[in-house]
Order: sequence, then C-alpha cells, then structure tokens
Amino acid sequence: MERRELTCIGCPMGCTLLIELDENNNIKVTGNACKIGETYAIKECTNPTRIVTTTVKVIGGKHPTVSIKTDKDIPKDKIFDCLKELKGLSVKAPINVGDIIYENILGTGVNMVATRKVESC
Amino acid sequence: MNYDLVIIGGGPAGLAAAVAAKEEGIDNLIILEREEELGGILNQCIHNGFGLHTFKEELTGPEYAQRFIDKVNELSIEYKLDTMVLDITEDKTIYAINPKEGLLEIHAKAIILAMGCRERPRGALTIPGTRCSGIMTAGAAQKFVNMKNYMPGKEVVVLGSGDIGLIMARRMTFEGAKVKAVVELLPYSSGLKRNIVQCLDDYNIPLKLSHTVVNIHGKERLEGVTIAKVDGNRKPIKETEEYIPCDTLLLSVGLIPENELSRKVGVELSPVTGGAVVDNHFQTSVEGIFSCGNVLHVHDLVDNVTLESYSAGKNASKYLKGQLRKGETIKLKATDGVRYTVPHFINPSTIEKDITVRFRVGDVFKGAAIAVYFDDTKVLNKKKRILAPGEMEEVKLASDLFSQYPGVKTITLKVERS
Ligand SMILES: Cc1cc2nc3c(=O)[nH]c(=O)nc-3n(C[C@H](O)[C@H](O)[C@H](O)COP(=O)(O)OP(=O)(O)OC[C@H]3O[C@@H](n4cnc5c(N)ncnc54)[C@H](O)[C@@H]3O)c2cc1C
Ligand code: SF4
Repeated sequence: MERRELTCIGCPMGCTLLIELDENNNIKVTGNACKIGETYAIKECTNPTRIVTTTVKVIGGKHPTVSIKTDKDIPKDKIFDCLKELKGLSVKAPINVGDIIYENILGTGVNMVATRKVESC
Repeated sequence: MNYDLVIIGGGPAGLAAAVAAKEEGIDNLIILEREEELGGILNQCIHNGFGLHTFKEELTGPEYAQRFIDKVNELSIEYKLDTMVLDITEDKTIYAINPKEGLLEIHAKAIILAMGCRERPRGALTIPGTRCSGIMTAGAAQKFVNMKNYMPGKEVVVLGSGDIGLIMARRMTFEGAKVKAVVELLPYSSGLKRNIVQCLDDYNIPLKLSHTVVNIHGKERLEGVTIAKVDGNRKPIKETEEYIPCDTLLLSVGLIPENELSRKVGVELSPVTGGAVVDNHFQTSVEGIFSCGNVLHVHDLVDNVTLESYSAGKNASKYLKGQLRKGETIKLKATDGVRYTVPHFINPSTIEKDITVRFRVGDVFKGAAIAVYFDDTKVLNKKKRILAPGEMEEVKLASDLFSQYPGVKTITLKVERS
C-alpha cells in the first residue's frame, strides 16, 4: 500500500489530505472536509497536470521577451522537459496574443501560445 | 488642458474605472500612465490564475490586461503613456510630465486615483549585515526575468512568503536557479494556498515558517544569509541559527499603497491600509477625488480590483452629473479581529444597491463567524470555516437594512467565535 499526503488547494482551509493507494489502485482519501478535496486528491495521484508559463526571446520587437503558456495543461512530470525544449528559442516580432510559438511540444498535442502582444520596432 | 475626469494610473484599476465612466456617458476623460504601456503590474505577472471570477477562465496577467486595453481602445478612451503625474492640487489641477510634451497642466472636474502599490524595500526592514548586491524585491526580480530577459542569480533565498515571493520561487526554478528556502517570520504564510502548493511543494522548495534572516554575508556580492527560528515574541533563537550560501535574496515582505500624490492633495489616509479613507462611492475626504484598486487597499485578486474600480468609475460619473448628494455619513467600525473595512463610511442618502464591504482579518480564525451590527443590533452573521489575513473577505449589506434602521450611527464588523 502507498500513502501520500497533500494539501488541498480548493479553498483557504487547506485541508491535509491523506491518500491511500492499494495494490488494485483503489484510492481512499481522508482528511478532506468536502468533496472538492477528494476530487483534487484523485487527480493529483493519478494524473497531475499544470499550465506552464514562461518567456522566450524576441527578435526585432519593442520588447526583448514575449510571455507564453501551454494552451492546455501538461503532465506535471513533463514541465522541465518542456522548459528545456524551449531553451534558446527566439521568435520574430510582431506577435499577437494567442499566436502559436511552438507546436505540439514533446508530442503532447499541446501548443505554446503567446500571452502578450509584441510590436515590431 | 481641461478634462471632466482624469484617471491616474493605467493598471487594471484605472482601466476598469475608465471603461465604467465612459459607459456612463463621460466622454471627456483621460488616463495618465507613467510606464510605456497600459496594464500596470499585470504585464510582469506572466503566470496564470487571473480572472477566474470575471471571465470564468484562468488567464495570465498580460492576457487579463489586454482584455481591458482592448475595451479602452474600442471605446476610444484617450490615454497618455510615459506620463508621470507629479502633483495634484486641491482645485484638481494635475501637473504631469512626459518626454514629448514636457510639463503638462491639466484641469479636472473629478479625479480617480489608481496608482497601485509598491513593494516594501529592504530599508524598511532592519536586517543586520552588509549592504551588498544581490538583494532585491521579488517584484523587481520578476520584472528583470519576465520583461528584460535577465536572471538576477543562481542560488536564491526568499524572505517573506507573500504571493510575489512564491511565484518568483517557481519562476527562478524554471530558469535554472536553485531556490534554497522561503523564510517566513509568521507561523503562517500570507500567500494564497494555491501558490504554496503549486510554487513551493511542486518543486520541493522548503517553506520555513516562524523563521527569519538574521544576518547577511558578502562584500560586493551576496554570499549567504544566516537564518534562525523565532520564538513566540518573534525574537530569533540563537541556537537555531543556520547559514545558507546564496547569491540572491528576494524580499517579499508586503506591499504599500503608493499614496504620495494623495497625501500632497490632503486626502485623509488610513493608518491601517495606507490607502485613502473612502465612503461607499469610493470618494475620498477631498470632494471629487476617488480612489480604487491597490492604491486604496492591497488586493490579492485582480477580479476584486476590477469590480471595485468599475464601481468607482460609475460613482465618479454620478458625481460629475451632480447625482452624489453630500449628507450625514455612517461610520464603519472594524474590531475584534477585523483589521479594517473598505469603505470606511457609508453615505445612506444615495444607496441604490447592496453595499459590498471588503475587509481583512488580523489572524487565522477557524470555525468563526463575521458579525455585523447596526449600532447594537446584530443584523448579519456569516459563518466562516476559516478566516486568514492573506485572503480578503467581503460581506454584502442589503440596501433595505438602511431603511429598516434609519438613523443608524455606527456599523460594526467583528469576528465572533461560535
Ligand atoms: C507579483 C504579483 C502577482 C499577482 N498574482 C495574482 C494572481 O495570480 N491572481 C490575481 O487575481 N491577482 C494577482 N495579483 C494582484 C493583481 O495583479 C493586482 O491586485 C492588480 O494588478 C492591482 O491593480 P492596480 O491597477 O490597482 O495597480 P497596478 O497594476 O500596480 O497599476 C497602477 C498603475 O499606476 C501607474 N502609476 C503609479 N503612479 C503613477 C503616477 N504618479 N503617474 C502615472 N502613473 C502612475 C503605475 O505605473 C501602474 O501602471 C498579483 C500581483 C502581483 C504584484
Ligand atoms: S477539502 Fe474542501 S474544505 Fe478542505 S481545503 Fe479542500 S476545498 Fe477546502
């Protein structure tokens, strides 16, 4: 049996969730004061995902950088591979909010999109 | 130059106030912003988590700002960038400066103060040790990394667990730095739970509660800090001292509303919030001058800034149309765990809608309730599983309460343990 402890982020209570995983992958959650905590715990233990935000360099723009994000959440254990993939990347201005900066990162089907406008200079 | 309404600051507060005023038919208005672009602090907050309430989706800071900038452009609201307001006089003359036009003298009939806040600098704290480089506020580091593409250091300690510090702990980790610890004086963090989990726990960054930095080492550049646990009186315990080598110390020890201009024009300020004392129309002690957003009181969620500022913009329009009557005001009193309220006064003569009272508590309370009294009569009891200083709270005062209790002198908000 596997045990894990998590802090629920559902509300400021921040319940400490105790998760027990048996051989058949049955999940038991305790410590949650409401249903949200249980749902959160199950997601975190089976398929934790995050939106990743970072910046990349801009060439010929009014700003030296453009902020970008994953357009959907990606598995948590892929965050650093994703950042590595983007390292050293630069894009040309002009850029608009929503422009795809990097397609299908790490084969996840997720795109990196711009979150701000950068005009050319 | 003459304008009906001048809005100082083009962050989310100024933008929402401008949109509201324009929608109410105020056409002769302008936003003055000292930076090169509109959007305020949101431009450097590239993480997601903005606008859950306003847009029902999670946006990044720049995306949230862009929605309002688009709206401002759509409504053809005039603005001047690179324009720093230097002074305001009581007759509502505004002196501002920009590189293109030089010194500007602008006459306004009403003014909305929306200058935001700034971070407490190190000088406001008293850490012994050398004054070497490598020490900066978390927000300054955020600007360097996200806007200037410049990494301030490789080995980082964060002092204070405010949201900016937490967000920057993750951001520096993403850029290859090693964040060794976040050190918090209080036994709880002032940051949002979500940020503690997703910025620290996710990357195994230790959060050291009831700890502080007691010494700073290094000659030209920071080489390390000594941290120590503190006792119940927040005094460092000598035996617990620990040296952490690092080249960067980020300070995230709180924000202060930027009210130099307000002070100059004689706006009464609250010693608790550092922001203006306002009535339910967000009007300050100087007639025709309004205040909203982080310059009024520090917000954690931009959605609340937007709502508040929208309301301030509407009220400024009412003032310009002569619809805000002066009258007797009811004082709002914050006590027993409630640190402050915004508004501080209610003018009952012009109440149309329910009044939202925003406030913060001074400690963590579990299983308590927020009680509202009209003089000695309890009119509201809102049970709360938890109340924490890091989360802004609100209660709504129904408009009929004021007809039910005419002549009420004081409205009191307090925390009651149930
Ligand atoms: C690092 C950080 C992370 C945050 N994270 C979140 C989050 O995840 N989710 C969320 O909902 N909220 C978050 N917030 C809160 C939210 O961003 C702020 O509450 C909001 O931006 C405040 O808006 P404002 O318009 O009052 O102030 P600001 O955005 O600071 O805007 C004030 C503007 O006024 C201008 N100004 C000031 N003085 C003058 C002058 N004299 N003349 C001309 N212009 C002037 C400034 O240049 C600035 O542009 C975060 C805030 C910070 C700092
Ligand atoms: S379990 Fe429910 S009450 Fe506890 S923190 Fe999560 S959302 Fe809040």
